[in-house]
Amino acid sequence: MTPTPLPDALRDIRDDFLALEQPERLQLLLEFSNELPELPERYREHPDLFERVEECQSPVFIFVEVDDSDRVQLFATAPQESPTTRGFASILAQGLNGLSAQEVLDIPDDYPQTLGLTEAVSPLRIRGMSALLGRTKHQVTLKRVSA
Amino acid sequence: MSVGVDPSAKFAEYAHPERLVSTEWLEEHRGDAGLAVVESDEDVLLYETGHIPGAVKIDWHTDLNDPVLRDYVTGERFAQLLGEKGIARDTTVVLYGDKNNWWAAYALWVFTLFGHEDVRLLDGGRDKWIAEGREITTEAPNPTAVDYPVVERDDSVIRAFKDDVLAHLGNGPLIDVRSPEEYSGERTEIPGYPTENALRPGHIPSAASVPWARAAAPDATFKGREELEAIYKDDAGLNDGDDVIAYCRIGERSSHTWFVLTHLLGFENVKNYDGSWTEWGSAVRVPIVKGAERGEVPAL
Repeated sequence: MTPTPLPDALRDIRDDFLALEQPERLQLLLEFSNELPELPERYREHPDLFERVEECQSPVFIFVEVDDSDRVQLFATAPQESPTTRGFASILAQGLNGLSAQEVLDIPDDYPQTLGLTEAVSPLRIRGMSALLGRTKHQVTLKRVSA
Repeated sequence: MSVGVDPSAKFAEYAHPERLVSTEWLEEHRGDAGLAVVESDEDVLLYETGHIPGAVKIDWHTDLNDPVLRDYVTGERFAQLLGEKGIARDTTVVLYGDKNNWWAAYALWVFTLFGHEDVRLLDGGRDKWIAEGREITTEAPNPTAVDYPVVERDDSVIRAFKDDVLAHLGNGPLIDVRSPEEYSGERTEIPGYPTENALRPGHIPSAASVPWARAAAPDATFKGREELEAIYKDDAGLNDGDDVIAYCRIGERSSHTWFVLTHLLGFENVKNYDGSWTEWGSAVRVPIVKGAERGEVPAL
């Protein structure tokens, strides 16, 4: 069985992390955290649309769009006091936006473990990112079916 | 102690006033020779977003837990860690962190296992410091490394293992500091933390339920002595002189309660069971109770 190749953006993010020493990886995660975009206008007043990712240590809420041409966009919001969680959400938002629904579903579930962050961040915390990916895929599945 | 204590009237009520400092006191004394400020948070990146000027970071997971053994780091590793942070054996250490000092209290407890004498908490922690508009910076400090002696950890005084808890059952009080849902067994994990679960939900027979954050006021400071006495003595039934064991899920929230009972209320024999529910709830041949009642200790 040939593994599905990783989408370019996710591969680049992974390679960027792996090219760094451990302390610099944390800094890069912080940069991602700072880059998590504000929610677009149409979602800012609609907390009801968002799903809370219960598995994360800090409150984080996600919403997935699958448009008519089957393209996925992930929106996420988490408090400034939770930079690690924001960083995880930002990596996924940047890494999978614009992918097709099938491409998102094909992302390996262990992608978060491949970023080389388990030592700097701890395996326990990385699981929060796995949960984010899992919930994202779940929403993609639901929305593709209902579309 | 190498740096003077905070003479605040609020702290004078507590059994060990020297274990707390106020934000005002820290503002005045940060930078004093012999004083180190250490931030310890739940979020591993929070320190990097801004911290008290001069404060160093110690992470509960990556710095204080052994990467292989489920245990705390060795004396060698602890000495290396503190030495690199510029902390000497006689340095006064003020710890602070997010979430009512939850993880800061955990770090303080680990420092105490290694017998570091002068460890204090910043009352109100990170949240109060920031809420008061005090300075924070992203500038990383550059402490001069010092020699910290290799000290053997003493696990016999303030740490309980599973067998200690089994022997304690029926002979002394236990405090379960988890949420009411975890205590009753509706869920095995703290809301939002389902990654650290156990095979069975419930609590240790006879344990009283006192969620840890009851000890904190809305501004993240500790409640006053009278309120704390009402919670732990009147409600939970502790009596002066009791030997107490506190537990939670992995021993972090119960470190906070250990601090309250030991340093604020003056109980002299309080142990933190860091194996806690992630061990007890999965261990073979240990009794549990489900539901909101404390339950009876079965004959073992």
